[in-house]
Order: sequence, then C-alpha cells, then structure tokens
Amino acid sequence: MDFGFSDEQQAIKETAREMLGARSPMTKVREAAEARAYDDALWTEIRDLGWPGIAVDEEHGGQGLGMVELAILCEELGYACAATPFLSNAMAGLFVAHAGSDEQRGRWLPGIASGEGRGAAALQPRSNDLVADAEGAALLVLNDGDGAILADGADAEIEPVELVDATRAYASVSAGGGEPLPGEVEDAADRAVVALAAELTGIAQRAMEMAIDYAKERQQFERPIGSYQAVSHRCAGMLYETEEARSLTYYAAWCADAEPESVPMAASMAKARASDAAWRVTADALQVLGGIGFTWEHDLHFLLKRAKVGAELLGDPRMHRERVATLAGLSA
Amino acid sequence: MDLTLTSEEEAFRNEVRAWLDENHPGATPSGGDQVRFEFEREWQRKLHDGGWAGISWPKEYGGRGATLIEQAIFSEEMARSKAPRPANVLGLVMGGPVVIAHGSEEQKERFLEPILSAEEIWCQGFSEPESGSDLASLKTKAVRDDGGWRVTGQKVWTTFAHEAKWCMLLARSDADAPKHKGLTYFICDMAQDEVDVRPLRQITGEAEFNEIFLEDAYVPDENLVGGEGNGWNVAITTLMHERAGLGAASAISVRRELDELIELINKRGLADDPVIRQRVAELKIQVEALRLGSLRALTQQMKVGIPGPEGSLAKWEWASANQAMTELAVDVLGPEALRPDSEWAYRFLRARANSIEGGTTEVMKNIIAERVLGLPRLR
Repeated sequence: MDFGFSDEQQAIKETAREMLGARSPMTKVREAAEARAYDDALWTEIRDLGWPGIAVDEEHGGQGLGMVELAILCEELGYACAATPFLSNAMAGLFVAHAGSDEQRGRWLPGIASGEGRGAAALQPRSNDLVADAEGAALLVLNDGDGAILADGADAEIEPVELVDATRAYASVSAGGGEPLPGEVEDAADRAVVALAAELTGIAQRAMEMAIDYAKERQQFERPIGSYQAVSHRCAGMLYETEEARSLTYYAAWCADAEPESVPMAASMAKARASDAAWRVTADALQVLGGIGFTWEHDLHFLLKRAKVGAELLGDPRMHRERVATLAGLSA
Repeated sequence: MDLTLTSEEEAFRNEVRAWLDENHPGATPSGGDQVRFEFEREWQRKLHDGGWAGISWPKEYGGRGATLIEQAIFSEEMARSKAPRPANVLGLVMGGPVVIAHGSEEQKERFLEPILSAEEIWCQGFSEPESGSDLASLKTKAVRDDGGWRVTGQKVWTTFAHEAKWCMLLARSDADAPKHKGLTYFICDMAQDEVDVRPLRQITGEAEFNEIFLEDAYVPDENLVGGEGNGWNVAITTLMHERAGLGAASAISVRRELDELIELINKRGLADDPVIRQRVAELKIQVEALRLGSLRALTQQMKVGIPGPEGSLAKWEWASANQAMTELAVDVLGPEALRPDSEWAYRFLRARANSIEGGTTEVMKNIIAERVLGLPRLR
C-alpha cells in the first residue's frame, strides 16, 4: 500500500506547478477575469503539453493515464486559479469515455484529447442553465431528464451568464436536440465531481499559503500577527480543512481508477468536504488578511469567488451529504 | 499511488484474522475494574504467546518487526473483531519504544520482555497539577543520593498507576538549568513506601486515572534513560509515538461506534430526519478523512523514518470526530442516553477528555502552526 504519488505523478505535479507559475501568475488571472476573456496562448500551451488528453485512452489520442493524474492537474489549475477551459473539456471527456458508445468515443474523444474539438458539460444536475466554456465548444454534454445528451456546439443557443467568479466563462445553453449517452451517466458524473473536488482542494491550498505568508510578515502591536493564537489557530484550521479535502479527493480519484464500486460514496464525500474546505479556507484567509483582503487590488477574492461558485456546482455539499447518508445505510 | 494491499500485506492480514478467529477471548466480563484488568492482562499473555504483543518492536527485542502498514492492518483487524485492548498498553506503545530508542543494553535486557508479557505494567508520570500543557515547567524534584536519586513531587492523570510496577517519570534534576534542559527521564519502581497512589475520580464516575505522591522515592542510577538532563528529548519521543499510534487505531473504533449509531437511528425510525441525515453524513466524512489521513501519514513516515508533527492533526481530528459522534448519539436517543448505566452516557462523558488527554487540541494547533506551517512562536 502506498498513499503517495509515484515518481511520474510527482513529476506531473511539479511540471504543472512550474508551468502555471510562469504562465498563469495571478497578474494573468486578473487580466483574464477583468476582461472576462481567456488567454488563448495559455490554452495553446496546455494543449501542446498534452494535458487535455491526460485521462483519455491512447487509442483515442490521449495519454492513457487515470483519474489520479487528472486530479493532480485539476488541483494545480485550482491552485493557480487559471482561467482556461481545461476542466469543462475534461468533464466532457469523462462523460463520453464512461457513458458514451464506441461510436461516440471514436467521434469525440480525439478532439477532446487534443483540445482541437473541445467539449463542455453542464454544471448542475438536471439543468442546462449553467455550462462552463460552452462558447466555442465543438461538443456539449447536456442534461436531458434523468439522462444526458451529446449536442453539437454549433447548433446550440448559448447565452452568457455572469457569476461573481470571473475566472471562468459560464453560459446558459439550450440545444434543439442531441444523441443520448447510452451508458452509465452517473459513473461519468461522479468522475466529473472528483475533478471539481481536486480543483477546490487546490484553491484551498493557495488561499492557505497566502494567509500564512501574510501572517508571517504583517506586524501589529510590534509582532507578526501569526504569533497570536487567534490568528495561528485559524491558520492551523486551514491545514485541517485542506488536508481532509485532499485525502478524500485523491482516495476518490484512486477508486475511480482501481475500485469503481467505491466511487459513488468516495466522490460525494470528496465533493462535500472539498466544497466546505475551499469556502472556509478562503473566507478565513480573508479574515487573516484583514482590510487588504477585502480590496479588489488583492488577489484573494478571485480564489474566494471561484471557491464558492465551485462549491455550488455539480451538487452542493448538502446534496452530497444526503447521498452519503443514504449510502451509509440510513434508510431513506 | 496504490491503496491495494500487496500480496505480503494480504497474507499478513489473513494470518491476523485466522489467529484472532482462533484466540479471541470473547466479550469483556463485567464485575468492575479489577476483573476487567485481569482479563486484559490474560489477553495480553495470549497475544504475546502468539507473537503479537509488540508487533511494531524489532524482532531482536521480542517484537514482530512489522511494517507500519502491517501495524495498521493489525489494529484494523483487532477493532473489527472487537478484541479487547492489551493490559500494558502504555508499556507497549510508549515505555518499550523509549527503552529501545534511548535505553542501554542492560535496560533493554531488564525491561522489555516483562512489558511484552504484561508481567510488569507501566504507567506514565509526566503531567503535574501545575504543569499540564506547559509540561517542561514541571516541579517534581530529583536529587542525588548514594548511587541513585531521591524524587519528590506530585504527578496526576496517571493511567494504571495502581497496577503499575514501573513509572516513566519525568523530574527536574537540575534546578539551575533552563527549563527544557534540567529534566531527566527515570524508570521509577512503584513498589516502595515512598510512592503513594490515590485514585482520581472523573466525571464518568470511574477512576481510570490516579494521582501519585512521591516523597523521596528512590531510583538507582541504572534506571536513568537517555542520560542526565536529556529527559525532554526522551519524553518527546514518547509523545510522538503516542500520537502516531493513536491516529490509525482510534479512527477504527470511532467508525465502529458510528456504524452502531446508524443501526440505532434506523431502528428508532429517525432515519428520515434531514438534520440527522446531514449530521451522520458529516461524521462519516470526518471519520473517513481521519482514516485516509492516517494512511497518508503512514506512507510518509515509511519514507522519512519518524512520525512527524502532522500526527498532531490526526489527534485533533480524532478528538473532534469522537466528540461530535457521541453528541449526535445523545441527541438521537434523548434522555435515555443520559442514564448513568447507559453505554452512550459513558462514551459521551468520556469523549470530553479526548481534546485534553495526550496533548490538548490547543497544543495540537500550536504544534501545527509552528512546526508544520512555520508561523512565528508566541513566546
């Protein structure tokens, strides 16, 4: 048993941290958010690195790695708060791969893996009122009653929706129709949930680091504020939150690769915990930062807003806890 | 990342299971503390005969030399089968490992085997009435006396003191040294008139802990561990082992009791209450996070070698989960759970100590803030 990253996984993490640190620093995130427009060059670079195909099988042009590797990238993209269509494309890939027919896989996965024919997927159960990165997507994975359909991006009506999180492009979508996904849509949706939980974990990690750096530097009453227990214990709580979210998220990712029967419970636990953690840590970080943290000028608010929006997507924590209760054996 | 057991680990688990099936002593008999203690002592003898008493200890000292993962598997199987704890738990988890890490060859020869066989029970004399979280401020005094030391002072929260042969005793041997440098770690014989043990009744009504009064108690030189003035370092080893050992094993018993509670909620027809459902789910998540966090810490410890300050996180999580679980049980059962003879009343009251014993949650937060996050020290 080894609950740590392999050398290859560690290398993926380090490469992502380094690349995003250089190419998507907070100044770039701010530019994208204020313009409500992604940096195309960043997405091109991500495509060149093969990230969009990380969890797509080799037969369809991907790298053939698993959910753990995808979660590593999502965590790092969350840590960077990067403005890219990566997550929505990866989610669409998970739906096609796990609930699509052979024919659908052959048609859509190569474009998703290369990023050339991007996909996007609905972000709320049973509704298409919120889809990320729908504009410009070749493929839309949309809800249709209890199931899901694949719709051609070119034929859909896409109405932009502005949320407080300006680091991601949201839209409401209606499609005239589409092809049903014949497989187990819930299996795919659970994997999408894990990817989002990983992003939320990364957001929490970044906000925690911002708060700790500040608590070490900022002096009040002639000493660093991080030496006061009212502040340092709040920071310790951030580690508690972030590490629980991380343990549950990587366990769920590993289950998706190796122990599929455990995925429903593990995915809901991860999403509930990571949602709460990302919100609490970003909110606590704002408190540690004090007045400066409440300014537009400071970068924290981009994390805080993405955390809260992410917490509400793909089922809010209350919904996932309700599912955990049922799976834990409480008779409904 | 691979959470499946290797074939060796799988074989180890089967071996533990088979042995437990064969040797499980059954439920703990009622009849009071003394009956229970003798039952647990007998159980430890059996464990020792089977080679399971000191599973983390190196083979050369009578242990099994199990890997950390194997230890976790063993704890899990013990909990799954509802096996009782061994009587000499403090000797196995703290006393023995300290002697192995810091003791002389003579001390290893003298002390280790009787710990494993539960022949000699150990207790821990660290905390004092005026030195709890600030342990290094302790005042119990040791002065030189003819080939040994005379120790005078008071210790408190001493589990098993009334059964113990040996006490891991931390005392101030140099009043002039800075407070962390003036301490020495002694192994003190409890069987002398100069040591007086008095039971300390707790909010549960039982006397699981004791106070110890030492009046010129004698400790020969050969019972110093780690050398004069090195007591703080030796004590820290003890505490690190205590916290590392606690995480994985205790997660399992919280999980087991939570499953009992879920059964109970179903039986009482309360399973459709949305508030209860949310609280149960939150607890399931907390307990699972604790289990997974412990496995991550084990993996880390196997790579680095020693338990890290991250063990403080597990200690904090466990206290918080167990308190929340017992609170939920009382809310579910109502006044019935608050009768003195109710098992849940005992668990509920006993859980209040979880955020105090073995280092308070506030101290855990200090350790995390200073040693994991690198925040500046308060002092």
